[in-house]
Amino acid sequence: MALQAIAFYLMAAVTLASGLAVVSAKNPVHSVLFLIASFFSSAGLFVLLGAEFLAMLLVVVYVGAVAVLFLFVVMMLDVDFAQLRQGFARYMPLGGLIAGGLAIEMIVVSYTVATHGAARLNDTPMAMGKGAPLGMSNAEAIGRVLYTQYVYFFQAAGMVLLVAMIGAIVLTLRHKPGVKRQVIMDQVLRTPKTGMRMVSPKPGEGIDA
Amino acid sequence: MIIGLAHYLAVAAILFTIGVFGIFVNRKNIIVILMSIELILLAVNINLVAFSAYLGNVTGQIFAMFVLTVAAAEAAVGLAILVTFFRNRGDIAVDDASMMKG
Repeated sequence: MALQAIAFYLMAAVTLASGLAVVSAKNPVHSVLFLIASFFSSAGLFVLLGAEFLAMLLVVVYVGAVAVLFLFVVMMLDVDFAQLRQGFARYMPLGGLIAGGLAIEMIVVSYTVATHGAARLNDTPMAMGKGAPLGMSNAEAIGRVLYTQYVYFFQAAGMVLLVAMIGAIVLTLRHKPGVKRQVIMDQVLRTPKTGMRMVSPKPGEGIDA
Repeated sequence: MIIGLAHYLAVAAILFTIGVFGIFVNRKNIIVILMSIELILLAVNINLVAFSAYLGNVTGQIFAMFVLTVAAAEAAVGLAILVTFFRNRGDIAVDDASMMKG
């Protein structure tokens, strides 16, 4: 139990410190790297909670896709980031005040919910769903619910990803002028009549065009 | 020493406010604003998974998956808009982005 507490405090501290570094780092590349650290340690928290499948999903989706996408964009755009940091000190007091107030409120509400809510009797995380047979893995428990009760939501999530993919391609695709491309329509519509021309050159003369 | 639900909820609450704070202090830098939104969604996910674990109900983890999906889609579209914006204007200062003004 003590080991679990040490693991929790370590990963919570890394998550929060990295999160703070994300918003306060001078260099956006460092911000992205701290974001990756934050996601990794949150994945550790998920493992502690018994949600192994979601932890691996977090590593694959966030660290493998989203963070790398951020890294690409940060490195691709040639921007003067020092100029973008103007106003950091000016907004700091107000932002800190509002964030501090929000944090205190949310922690009070969280504590109340945790001590008086439906989960007040459970002081350890339960890895399985209620009524799940013993020895069923987390992924199996998720799959049993996801593909039956929430199958339409699952399909809708797929549609969201499809639309986002099409949107991202449409937004960033551009046709450069002056680049020759294959036009399949023209090729298919070409017939002997349009593609061929009979000429009878006189002896000693060539054909110009 | 028992780590209870309140511990996880407190971590999520602090992470959420760090995200809000990041939006406040980086008003010009839209890349950091997008990263702050990712932090906020991560805090929501921690909340969902913590409740899922302590209530013994797997539904919270399924909703965390859907939040993850929407976050990934949002990051992709947001960064695509950012790239297009940079191509058209040459910088990404968003506090005076008033091109769409009538």
